[in-house]
Amino acid sequence: MRAALLLLADGRLPSGSHAHSAGLEQAVTDGRVRTVADVELFARGALETAGFTAAALSAATCAMAGAGTVPMDAVPWERLCAEASARQPSAAARAAAEAQGRALLRTGRRVWPAAGLEQLAACTLRPPLPVALGAVAAAAGLQPADAALTVLQGSAAGLASAAVRLLGLDPIEVAAALARLTDTVDRLADEAAAFADADPARLALLPATTGPLLDVLAEQHDDREMTLFAS
Amino acid sequence: MHPDLLEQNGHGHSDQGHGHSHDGPAPEHAPAAAVTQGVRRPLRIGVGGPVGSGKTALVAALCRALADDVALAVVTNDIYTTEDAQFLRRAGVLAEERITAVRTGCCPHTAIRDDITANLDAVEDLEARFAPLDLVLVESGGDNLTATFSSGLVDHQVFVLDVAGGDKVPRKGGPGVTGADLLVINKIDLADLVGADLSVMASDAAAVRGERPVVMSSLRDAPSAPDVAAWVLERLAEWRRGG
Repeated sequence: MRAALLLLADGRLPSGSHAHSAGLEQAVTDGRVRTVADVELFARGALETAGFTAAALSAATCAMAGAGTVPMDAVPWERLCAEASARQPSAAARAAAEAQGRALLRTGRRVWPAAGLEQLAACTLRPPLPVALGAVAAAAGLQPADAALTVLQGSAAGLASAAVRLLGLDPIEVAAALARLTDTVDRLADEAAAFADADPARLALLPATTGPLLDVLAEQHDDREMTLFAS
Repeated sequence: MHPDLLEQNGHGHSDQGHGHSHDGPAPEHAPAAAVTQGVRRPLRIGVGGPVGSGKTALVAALCRALADDVALAVVTNDIYTTEDAQFLRRAGVLAEERITAVRTGCCPHTAIRDDITANLDAVEDLEARFAPLDLVLVESGGDNLTATFSSGLVDHQVFVLDVAGGDKVPRKGGPGVTGADLLVINKIDLADLVGADLSVMASDAAAVRGERPVVMSSLRDAPSAPDVAAWVLERLAEWRRGG
């Protein structure tokens, strides 16, 4: 399944993510992020907060949809989506998560056809990204830890890619920053994967760490005219 | 408006037939399929080309020329999100709610070729909201000569060049010039002013395009782009016949 993991994690998989900066465009506009070091810090903050929460949700979703921790027809899709949305106070951030979840679900249903994905689609065509990713990872035969890792690495890589495009940074320097973040990504993925055995009846107890600035940036981005990225 | 579009039609335009064997809960299962659950979706035509070549003006002209007879909607991919959409709205050629802007994260070619999901979402939302539509025009952000639309997004594509970009551009070729279903050489009223030789552009274009058509256009002299509109209507007629 190693190749499937690389395919799912590949930024070239059509998933809509390339047009989302997760608040970075706004941070650049505000002058908060200017250098490679700034990007690294911004990404680190995003990983430790919203990234970790999303990864735990993805791991829990992947476990239920793929590992048989609950019967396939008993996966609480609606509840999972609600838990993800409840962890994003910003309406703009929720909309961005749903747009990316919609895109990934669209692609996942054609690339890895699976009953779980059809169930999720029947529940909603706009699942928040962490739920969509957990479901698609399960459909691809991947494990909860893979789903968590994909969420976190995708978050860091997406921010890095947006930074290269917005700031004209040296892409090799930015790749080096991503390399420095891999220990953090690995650690958080392991911690998030521990929630794979979350009690389906107690999903509210999943991590709810959020980065308030990310929500503020999402709202500011949404209010602004002339943005390049969708979020 | 056009009941024939609603008839069951077994001739899928797309060769990506995944959607025909599944009863998914929604059309997103097979975005490229021409027929989903017995309903033939609207024709989708992409309009691409370099910055400033007149893509948005051409789309506005097509809206003006076709709006009375064709139920249509437009998706724009301008780099500044709403710039093209606002131009179209100001031009008043199409109801504002029938125009959707897609943001492309500094990569307009990615959004029409490599990762078409945001555009598919926008197209399908318009198709669902204003059903039954006949035609959806997808205008790319201004890009370079290598930018082309994915066949998963559009059924046909128009590539727009302008004479002010230099009369050597058709000779340079590139996937947009060589592969588009229709090449429009725009702003021919400026040819004398910029020293562009239209006959050279036409013959160079013919040399790299073979049988595929080329239209010389001046929206200043012919604001409703009659030749391009006629080509679009031909494609629409084919589509209705199941082609």
